[in-house]
Amino acid sequence: MMSTFGSIDEILEKLPSLPVELAGIQETLIANLIMLSEIPAPTFKEAERVKLLLQRMVECGLQNVSTDEAGNGVGIIRGKDPARNILLVAHADSVYSGAADHTLSVLSDDIIGPGVADNSLGMAVLATLPNIIEMLGIQLEANLVLLSTTKGLGRGNLDGLRFFMDNNKLPFEAGICIEGAQLGRLSYTAEGMFRGEIECKIPEVLDWQKAGQNSAIIALNDVINRILEIPIPRRPRTSVVLGAIRGGKSYNVMATHSSLRFEVRSEDSAMVDSIRERIDDIIADAASTHNAGFEFTVVSSRAPGGIDISHPLVKSSRKIMEQLGLQPYIRPSMSEVSELIARGLPAVTIGITEASNLHDLNETISIKPIYTGLAQLIAMLQTIDGGFCNEPE
Amino acid sequence: MNLNDWIKNNTIHHSQFWDIKKLVEEKQKQNLKISLCLPTLNEEKTIGKEIVMFKSELMDRYPLLDEIAVIDSGSTDTTREIAATFGADVYLSSEILPQYGEKKGKGENLWKAVYELTGDIIVYVDADIKNIHPRFAYGLVAPLIYRPEVHYVKAFYDRPLAFSQGVRPSGGGRVTEILTRPLFSLFFPDLTGLVQPLSGEYAVRREVLEKIPFPIGYGVETSHLIDVYEKWGMEAIAQVDLDQRVHRNQETRDLGKMAFGILRAFLFRAEALGVIGKLPDLSTELKQFQAHDEEFEQVTHTIVEEERPPMIELPEYRKKFGIQ
Repeated sequence: MMSTFGSIDEILEKLPSLPVELAGIQETLIANLIMLSEIPAPTFKEAERVKLLLQRMVECGLQNVSTDEAGNGVGIIRGKDPARNILLVAHADSVYSGAADHTLSVLSDDIIGPGVADNSLGMAVLATLPNIIEMLGIQLEANLVLLSTTKGLGRGNLDGLRFFMDNNKLPFEAGICIEGAQLGRLSYTAEGMFRGEIECKIPEVLDWQKAGQNSAIIALNDVINRILEIPIPRRPRTSVVLGAIRGGKSYNVMATHSSLRFEVRSEDSAMVDSIRERIDDIIADAASTHNAGFEFTVVSSRAPGGIDISHPLVKSSRKIMEQLGLQPYIRPSMSEVSELIARGLPAVTIGITEASNLHDLNETISIKPIYTGLAQLIAMLQTIDGGFCNEPE
Repeated sequence: MNLNDWIKNNTIHHSQFWDIKKLVEEKQKQNLKISLCLPTLNEEKTIGKEIVMFKSELMDRYPLLDEIAVIDSGSTDTTREIAATFGADVYLSSEILPQYGEKKGKGENLWKAVYELTGDIIVYVDADIKNIHPRFAYGLVAPLIYRPEVHYVKAFYDRPLAFSQGVRPSGGGRVTEILTRPLFSLFFPDLTGLVQPLSGEYAVRREVLEKIPFPIGYGVETSHLIDVYEKWGMEAIAQVDLDQRVHRNQETRDLGKMAFGILRAFLFRAEALGVIGKLPDLSTELKQFQAHDEEFEQVTHTIVEEERPPMIELPEYRKKFGIQ
């Protein structure tokens, strides 16, 4: 396959036949997917999965294969110009505990198993990319830096990626974050966000006079009602999601402990800050009313940001998707791309295939669309490599 | 031969063979051809994954296997379709050597594989393994490549999830411990050196496979071990620890049928070898109970443990492989 192109149109022209060509990588990709996905990798415990990825990279003859203090795995596919670098990121951690059965089932059209879409497939694409590039006979100008990050989800708060970006010395031209699902997604903006946990504790004293009146559940319920009373504007787009609630022990035992996990997001960082202050006030007030101990922890947060819809990286990504018959589904992201953008690196998140039952034990991906997803990735790499994604000087 | 020495020398952990590149070089030096046979009957849940894994890792990445074949007993689910999708050679057992008729059983598929496949070594792997990994094939093939005196390599599985003391009970499944091991202890004590004599994964040289008969049902593994032991001795047998194997669990009732088939095959072998005296005519009927409210009734299963002759006795086989 030709490696240098005069314009993005030349890349687009070759695109429709690319998925068929890429189907030749099926067994290698699925085998990588199975092996990676069957190693449990809950956030903070990704080491074994990253180790296998690095082993695969070494087997493919990649250079600078290494891990860092944060446990991230990285390898470089060398281009012709040592000064140029494109960053590809797939997070290594998953939402499933190590105790879950991580076995995958491979059917003729689908693959089923926990985390297969989020994000074993993304990681398998990184592991297989050297084989794909070799199969297609592509020689890029820029180095491809393949990075699988740890500590991304929940309390991980993208710490792996942050560590890499803080300490890495390579200058990047652009970044692509690879997620297993959904094919057609395109994220290049980030909403402001914070995730919080409110814990409520009530001293364990037996007081028959107050039985039924004082309980960590009642106190937390009051807090929830008051959070829901906070006015949420339609513009800038803002939302409060109450994600999980826990508390109490049994039917007739006074609850001494309860907790709430929630997320606030908004396009405007001032809005996020203002909601956070309101919640602080609510809690202070509820603590005195209910004589309860409240603890409010922000477990992760992001600043809003993004690159413009007219940025050449976004424009060419959309063209590539449309050429492949995909309707780009544009949505803000909270994940790796937000961190890259916040650091001034033009970056997008793309999905590789169609998936269902996300985050259930029977998470399912379709095999056939994978090749369209891969074609999209290859074309985007060629577009960035050809210099067609740079902003005009 | 001292059995303890045999256990020490011929029991190997698969991790010894992690260097697949070296293994492939040695295989090529010896000019060996290796075939993988997956006998199937309705295994659509697991077959695709096994094929993808073996093809990618042991054909495309490291050319250890020369062919991957599914020999199917007539699955009514999508087993054959999935297997073909992922690039295995798919055969219907009944279409191989059709002039010899069709018998139902895993042993039948293993026997027909000896005719259909072309490898100097055939590695058999059951198709119901959930945690498939390339070691299930390379771990079994490796001792045959590195040690010319070894002809028959059997898998066993041993990886306790948690155990606090140094000593722990180990061994086979229920049928092994209740039936096969007591029988071997009584009649073929050397064979008690095998940790899991009934495991469905093994790699064997063609010159051995073509010379032994194949019971078509449950008795095939037991019968093979006795024959290989009698003809080539314990030195020809090795066993490899493949860590953990996850598969579906069988009901005790089904294990009863299995035990019946194994016992029949064992008795016939023991009789043929003169280890026991002449047997009376043995029944082919296993009777089990089921209850309707207060009433008990017997259910009869007919289990015929027929046997296929050594492949080398077939003129078709001798012609195909150029044997005089």
